[in-house]
Amino acid sequence: MPVLSLNESLLFTSMLFSVGLAGMLVRRNLVFMLMSLDVMLNASAVLFVAAGARWHDASGQVMFLMILALAAVETSVGLAIILCLHAQGRPTLDADTGNLLRG
Amino acid sequence: MMSLLLPLAVLCPLAASIIVFLSAGRLSARAVGGVACGGVGLAALSAIMLATGLLAGPPGGVVHAQLWEWVRVSGFSADIVFTLDRISMVMILVVTVVGLLIHVYAARYMADDPGIARFFGCMTLFVAAMLVLVLASDLLCLFIGWEGVGLCSYLLIGFWHDDPANTAAARKAFFMTRIGDTALLCGLLLLATQAGSLRIEPILAATMAGLVPSFTLIAAASFVLVGALAKSAQIPFQTWLPDAMAGPTPTSALIHAATMVTAGIYLIARLHVLFAAAPVVMAVMAVTGALTLLVAACTALVQSDLKRILAWSTISQLGYMFLALGCGAWQAALFHLMTHACFKALLFLAAGAIIMRLGHEQDIFRMGGLRRTMPGLGVAFVAGASALAGLPVVTAGFYSKEMILAGVWGSRFMTPLSAHVLWATGLLGAFLTALYIFRCVFIVFAGEGKGAVSGGTPRLMAVPLACLTFLALFGGIIEMPDVIAPVHLFTALLSPSGHPSPMHEPGWTVLAGAIVPLAGLAVAWVLWGRTPAVMREMPQQAAIIRLARPGHGMDVLYDHIFVQPLRLLVWLTRRDVPDRLVAQAGWLTRSASIALAKTRKDILDTVARRTAIMTAEGSLLLGWMQNGRVRWYAGWVAGGLCVALAVVMLS
Amino acid sequence: MHALALLSAGIAFVGAIMVITRRVAVHAVLYLVVTLLAVAMVLALLGAAFAAMLEIIIYAGAIMVLFVFVVMMLNSGQPDAAREGEWLRPRAWAGPGVLAGLLCGELLYAATPFSGHAWPLAPLTARDVGLGLFGHYVLMVELASFLLLAGLISALHIGRNRVEDR
Repeated sequence: MPVLSLNESLLFTSMLFSVGLAGMLVRRNLVFMLMSLDVMLNASAVLFVAAGARWHDASGQVMFLMILALAAVETSVGLAIILCLHAQGRPTLDADTGNLLRG
Repeated sequence: MMSLLLPLAVLCPLAASIIVFLSAGRLSARAVGGVACGGVGLAALSAIMLATGLLAGPPGGVVHAQLWEWVRVSGFSADIVFTLDRISMVMILVVTVVGLLIHVYAARYMADDPGIARFFGCMTLFVAAMLVLVLASDLLCLFIGWEGVGLCSYLLIGFWHDDPANTAAARKAFFMTRIGDTALLCGLLLLATQAGSLRIEPILAATMAGLVPSFTLIAAASFVLVGALAKSAQIPFQTWLPDAMAGPTPTSALIHAATMVTAGIYLIARLHVLFAAAPVVMAVMAVTGALTLLVAACTALVQSDLKRILAWSTISQLGYMFLALGCGAWQAALFHLMTHACFKALLFLAAGAIIMRLGHEQDIFRMGGLRRTMPGLGVAFVAGASALAGLPVVTAGFYSKEMILAGVWGSRFMTPLSAHVLWATGLLGAFLTALYIFRCVFIVFAGEGKGAVSGGTPRLMAVPLACLTFLALFGGIIEMPDVIAPVHLFTALLSPSGHPSPMHEPGWTVLAGAIVPLAGLAVAWVLWGRTPAVMREMPQQAAIIRLARPGHGMDVLYDHIFVQPLRLLVWLTRRDVPDRLVAQAGWLTRSASIALAKTRKDILDTVARRTAIMTAEGSLLLGWMQNGRVRWYAGWVAGGLCVALAVVMLS
Repeated sequence: MHALALLSAGIAFVGAIMVITRRVAVHAVLYLVVTLLAVAMVLALLGAAFAAMLEIIIYAGAIMVLFVFVVMMLNSGQPDAAREGEWLRPRAWAGPGVLAGLLCGELLYAATPFSGHAWPLAPLTARDVGLGLFGHYVLMVELASFLLLAGLISALHIGRNRVEDR
């Protein structure tokens, strides 16, 4: 019996995911939005591992690794975009001005 | 020993390529050329040793060299395996020997170019990729080589990247072949799902045993055919090859005439069992080949750029090979591939030398009388032209063309009539071939001198030309029609165990095949060769020729069919047309209903007003939803998730 | 052990809330590191020691370093700071907050309680994961490698210095 039952893990990951979603929707700063996205990805990854522990299957941790790779790519590309916007002289990191992208 | 030599043949050019790339700028031009020629030369040496070893072995013997396992999961496996059999032996000999001669030539031709290291890096990399393509016994491994040669072709077409036209030509070639690559990948995946592996032998065995459903078989064969057509620049993909002449001339000779564009032929010849089980695809292949043969020959007849004439002639000759493949005469196609590689490389290299000595002048109407100023090059070019036209008995092209025509005549291909129609098409193609190449010869070498000629042909360039001249003239005597002499070395080489199927062709067809090129030569002499040339002023007169000459007709057509609709879509999305349409519709409804309300103040009034307001607000809402803000989009996603979950729970 | 797991989960949850409510980016990054360490603890207690190690090394190590670098390179914009006070007002966070709360409730409601016999606690070792990864899921590994390569190239392309272009 794992120390956390699957029900508790579900509770925990749902709450973590919702917090991440709230951060994603509330914050307008791009850096914070990326961090919230990472929190959401972590929540789903923990759920995979918990399910893998419940049924004693290594696939859960394989999925965890895939999510890790995805998060690494997502973060690096997102941060590169932020740096690029900053280097082009955009004064703020406000995501809501992103719809004014020109060039 | 043999299985050690096999990877070595691939590794030598690869190592040369890496050395040349890494030492770019540090080695002198001469050293770069030496390294590249050494790498390809070692590959040629090992290819010859492999060939002698294979021929000394038992008939039907093959050499395997498994390098490593690539992917192995349940239901699918792929390995990096090289296999040398009789078909690939012919190909590696062509690739390495012709490649070596072209490298030696290029070492002198490119000596003054500052980018020579980049050039030779790409060229040797190309040879390595081509050898991988040829030797791979796993179709996935073959696909690596297939993409590798495409990449090198792209890099070399755009070699002089200062001119935007060259990079545009490179992109065009890349995109056109990319269409075919996608189709090829689709075909390979279809085969993989059926056979569980992409090794060629199991796939062919499964096909022969009838384990593959016929629909899947036809679909896979068509996809592979599309891939081969794109790589070999057949209709409807023919437009990229003439533009590819923007690259340096040795590139045109090696990649766009002798080896890479024949990869499609090779692939189909390798899988000929698969295609034999899909007669519909074979018919399509033969008709496409015949059509390309005629169209490309007619286009070549009106070109004025020396290299473009040769490019269209390459397309036309590849059409010959596809015609032969479609009729089941794959041995003939491979034989023609071999002789074509020799004489087309010779033509390109001679043309390159002529262009270089005339100070980069490519228009044939500004040349003339070169037979006096450069007799050696004239002999080489005329030898190549005779082989291309297939002048009887003395040239290699005659025998290979004769073999194709005999194969087409004797093919049991739906009805005998259509086979004979295709044979007549091939004969007409032979006539046109002789006509356009001797038009070129007479305009360039006869008449009075025009341009200023400088320098002589360096020895390093003359030696490969001499070797290729020899091959172009005498490379064909290993296979002859029965009427002349019963020599069938090439057929016996390719199918050693099987008895060579005697070609039942009447003697008069061989005679026709011999007379037609001579007729073409005679007509060309009448039109362009005599001193008061009949057609000398032709290109300025006929409007239709002006239209056809650049080959832009197809480009315009493709532009209208494929590019413009996409641009329209882009324009639509860019101007937010759907959004505006909704807004406009709302506005129209509102104004209409206001007009309605003014005229009729009855019960319709409220309804119309309500509709108008709702439409207007709906359009406003829609427009407001598409505000381009990421957070709002995320919000919509979350909201949709909420609703979907609620639906699931409540149902 | 159970209490320890609940404590770690609680720390992770509180840390996540702190991440999204900080005004200064560096503080948020620090809280995110705390959250990730707590999540790694949860993973370890779930019997996935290998995953927990990777979480610490790659996530809390490598990815957070990226964040720190970027935050350092941005001279945290002055106009942003002025606007940050705005979102603290309820009308800015009420809508998204309600939406997120709704989703959380629905997720919890939809999750059917699992009961019955569970596997005895035998931690999945790195060996099991490796066998799965390079046996059954090897095609997925190849795809992930392509994804990483694409990410590398696009990050290089986007982030390269464009001064000479203009």
